[in-house]
Amino acid sequence: MTTAEKLLAAQTLNATRAARFASRKRVNQIALALSLAAMAFGVFWLVWILWETLRQGIGGLALATFTEMTPPPNEEGGIANALFGSLVMVAMATFVGTPIGIMAGIYLAEYNPKGWLSSVTRFVNDILLSAPSIVIGLFVYAVVVAYFKTFSGLAGALALALIVIPVVIRTTENMLQLVPPGLREAAYALGTPKWKVIMSITLRAARAGVVTGILLAVARIAGETAPLLFTALNNQFWTADLSQPMASLPVTIFKFAMSPYENWQKLAWAGVFLITVAVLGLNILARVLTRSKH
Amino acid sequence: MKTTVKFAAASFVAAAFAHVPAFAQDVTGAGASFPAPLYSKWASDYNKATGTKVNYQSVGSGAGLKQIEAKTVDFGASDAPLKDEELAAKGLMQFPTVIGGVIPVVNIQGIKPGDLKLSGQVLGDIYLGKITKWNDPAIKALNGSLELPDATIAPVRRADGSGTSFLFTNYLSKVNTEWKSKVGEGTAVNWPVGTGGKGNEGVAAFVKQLPNSIGYVEYAYVKQNKMTFAQMQNAAGTFVSPEDTAFKAAAGAAQWDKSFYQVLTNQSDKGAWPITGATFILMQKVQDKPANAASVLKFFEWAYKSGDKTADDLDYVPMPDSVKAIIAKSWGEIKDTSGKVVAVK
Amino acid sequence: MSNPSLDDAPNLERPVSSTFPTSASPVDHLADGARASSNLPPAKRPRTGAGTDRLFGMAAKGAALLTLAMLIGILGSLVVGAWPAISKYGLGFLTSSVWDPVKDEYGGLVMIYGTLATSFIALVIAVPVSFGIALFLTELSPAWLKRPLGTAIELLAAVPSIVYGMWGLLVFGPILSTYVQQPLQRLLDGVPFLGSLVTGPPVGIGILSAGIILAIMIIPFIASVMRDVFEVTPPLLKESAYGLGSTTWEVVSKVVLPYTKAGVVGGIMLGLGRALGETMAVTFVIGNTNQLNSLSVFEAANSITSALANEFAEAGAGLHQAALMYLGLVLFFITFVVLSLSKLLLQRMKKSEGTKS
Repeated sequence: MTTAEKLLAAQTLNATRAARFASRKRVNQIALALSLAAMAFGVFWLVWILWETLRQGIGGLALATFTEMTPPPNEEGGIANALFGSLVMVAMATFVGTPIGIMAGIYLAEYNPKGWLSSVTRFVNDILLSAPSIVIGLFVYAVVVAYFKTFSGLAGALALALIVIPVVIRTTENMLQLVPPGLREAAYALGTPKWKVIMSITLRAARAGVVTGILLAVARIAGETAPLLFTALNNQFWTADLSQPMASLPVTIFKFAMSPYENWQKLAWAGVFLITVAVLGLNILARVLTRSKH
Repeated sequence: MKTTVKFAAASFVAAAFAHVPAFAQDVTGAGASFPAPLYSKWASDYNKATGTKVNYQSVGSGAGLKQIEAKTVDFGASDAPLKDEELAAKGLMQFPTVIGGVIPVVNIQGIKPGDLKLSGQVLGDIYLGKITKWNDPAIKALNGSLELPDATIAPVRRADGSGTSFLFTNYLSKVNTEWKSKVGEGTAVNWPVGTGGKGNEGVAAFVKQLPNSIGYVEYAYVKQNKMTFAQMQNAAGTFVSPEDTAFKAAAGAAQWDKSFYQVLTNQSDKGAWPITGATFILMQKVQDKPANAASVLKFFEWAYKSGDKTADDLDYVPMPDSVKAIIAKSWGEIKDTSGKVVAVK
Repeated sequence: MSNPSLDDAPNLERPVSSTFPTSASPVDHLADGARASSNLPPAKRPRTGAGTDRLFGMAAKGAALLTLAMLIGILGSLVVGAWPAISKYGLGFLTSSVWDPVKDEYGGLVMIYGTLATSFIALVIAVPVSFGIALFLTELSPAWLKRPLGTAIELLAAVPSIVYGMWGLLVFGPILSTYVQQPLQRLLDGVPFLGSLVTGPPVGIGILSAGIILAIMIIPFIASVMRDVFEVTPPLLKESAYGLGSTTWEVVSKVVLPYTKAGVVGGIMLGLGRALGETMAVTFVIGNTNQLNSLSVFEAANSITSALANEFAEAGAGLHQAALMYLGLVLFFITFVVLSLSKLLLQRMKKSEGTKS
């Protein structure tokens, strides 16, 4: 090849290389722009939802919201009974579900973690974790409400407890597994019985993580509506009697939001705002706890 | 710290189960959304007057019937009365409380309450899906010079089992032969078209929100939410507007002394509203919890005595005194397991 | 000379501190006693808390068995409740679209279709958006924005679903109706296939609305998982690609994605599982219609969860309630399948995590 031909060949090669690079660059820019747009799109909706909740919710808040009972349509009132009912049922569900969840998590992490019972329990737990919550409500209806022949706050609390247990099991097991085995070994070497090792050493070491798990479980059940629909029903009035139907925040919001009455819709927004704030607060608290541990 | 937590937990549980004895037993009822605005107002006033809590949940007539059959509530409420044989088979008794009307409501731009006129045939055809646009000739024929848009009709009906639906479909079955053969009547039917709302509240909410929609709700919902109602052509051929005089006119033909099973749709009176009906309370004839039953009856006794004005304000028609007497007598049917009549005089 | 035993050693020869009074004798009663009695080893002390140990172990095992019992109980009560419908319809229930409480005829096709269609629409919208968010968080975002934005996305996953439902009905529906549905209907009026996809009253209620609301709800879940798996890609792999002159997009699409594909698919399945089982976000805006009149996404429809929420309270003990329980069983089964697949894939992802080079 003559030098002129070689020069031409080199120039065309450079040109194609440049062209190919330009097209790759263009593809890159388009792709990145698209992903930026996708992100903006997603974040936009989420921000809008939170903004609406804030705006309408704060607008609906007043002292009466916390002190008055749910009113008949077109009358002033509040959601005090719903707040109290939710508090009571969530607290009861946590008291009942947490010990069971922690004990099961202890079993999975400390007693024969590779045995057949542990593997099966882990699998079952995962199924329960993502079971639709309405199905759990149906189960509690069939077993508790139909049997005792009354809707009750107790049944509602039980349904919520059944949702708490899998969450607590999962986090407890994960947290206990993170505890360095040397800690346990040292305790055993001193002659500590197994139960004391678990309670005083391992669990205490994983304390922050376990508490985080409980907080996350509480945050989850605070916003659950479906399991309460057929168990605790709802109540127009204030009641502290767990064997009677009990008002709860999510069910009240559901009822009020689907109604045409302005005052009910305002209360529903206030309720939604309160739940969102509570759930976000619990999640942030859980984060702070895990972060301070490390 | 640990002991305080334990103590707090114990007292918490104790308080949760503490039952401050009320003068009369707190009771729970569930059922129709048709009378729900009235019952919740009555319950609120009764609570202020006596301290007893009557917790009424608007879940639909179908659910009300199911829950009283399952004995999970103290009384059920339904706008679809049970025939006497059905009552006997289920061990229930029923009595009417008030009379109200089911009103078609629309949401069309420019149409004000009472502007639109509809007939049973046209209404049925809309809900059959045969009439799909507001400017359909069949609708225009009834409405003369009214401006109707070229827009798709969005019918709204009930998603849950509803006595209001029963009254609506019962009426349509009487006046629209195709409806009768294709769909029939009932608290829950196989609706050919329509978005489903939950309760009268849900239907009202949808109609308020969705443009060019039509729905059917009890009159209290129309009043309370200032909705756009339509006039209906009744059996006598007159176009009537919904109000309590129209409901009273329809209720005139009822024969309460014969049986409480009375369906008041499509009555022949000139001023009668065609979709009128009474709403009923259902209770078990044999009571496992006589104290609860006595409390329920005390509540309704109070309502019959002092609740008429509230009913009037919401445009429900209270029962005439003669019928109230028959109802009070019928309460003698409710007995406890040993055969003693529950109602206290 | 025999080795002097320790016993014979005069105390003074044992090393003592300089401040130790020389006249004092070391206190060694035990040794004295032991020397005095016999050379037997000390008596074995009983193991403390053996009973408590056993009790504790039984309690832990009991709790684990209780979890098993819960699942069996739930499944059992569902099957028992659904039995009248199962024995009457068998698998034909899944393909029949008749839902007639008056004639007592039931078929689950409408609800199953509604559940699957809304979840499908949700995935179609949520996956690209989540991918965009994950990509932004790992490759494009400035360092000061990464943590807050990432935390914000995770917190949004915690917002209760009833918020989405309410917002969807009261805020989003009217906007969808005016700005999307009505123009689309005018645009596609008469177009053969696409036109039939957008028939129906454009009121902001229906499969499309429910799908969009679900999409917004599951974006935080999928985005968090994607971001987590993108972040564990070994930097060496990415740096090598960059070193060869790849653009950012080429690195992501040709290096990161193939590496993390198991985790990505697992995350998508997780979001799908959430969407399938969601009640509140759907029941506000899906329209509660038990008919499948057309394939239009503007039509109202029903999902399994929404049907359960609406009709269970009134379904008399009989075929209606059994049919609803059957639907609940079907939903449980669908979520179980999706969940198992996602676990398998995430497990595979975790296994290859350790192979950092």
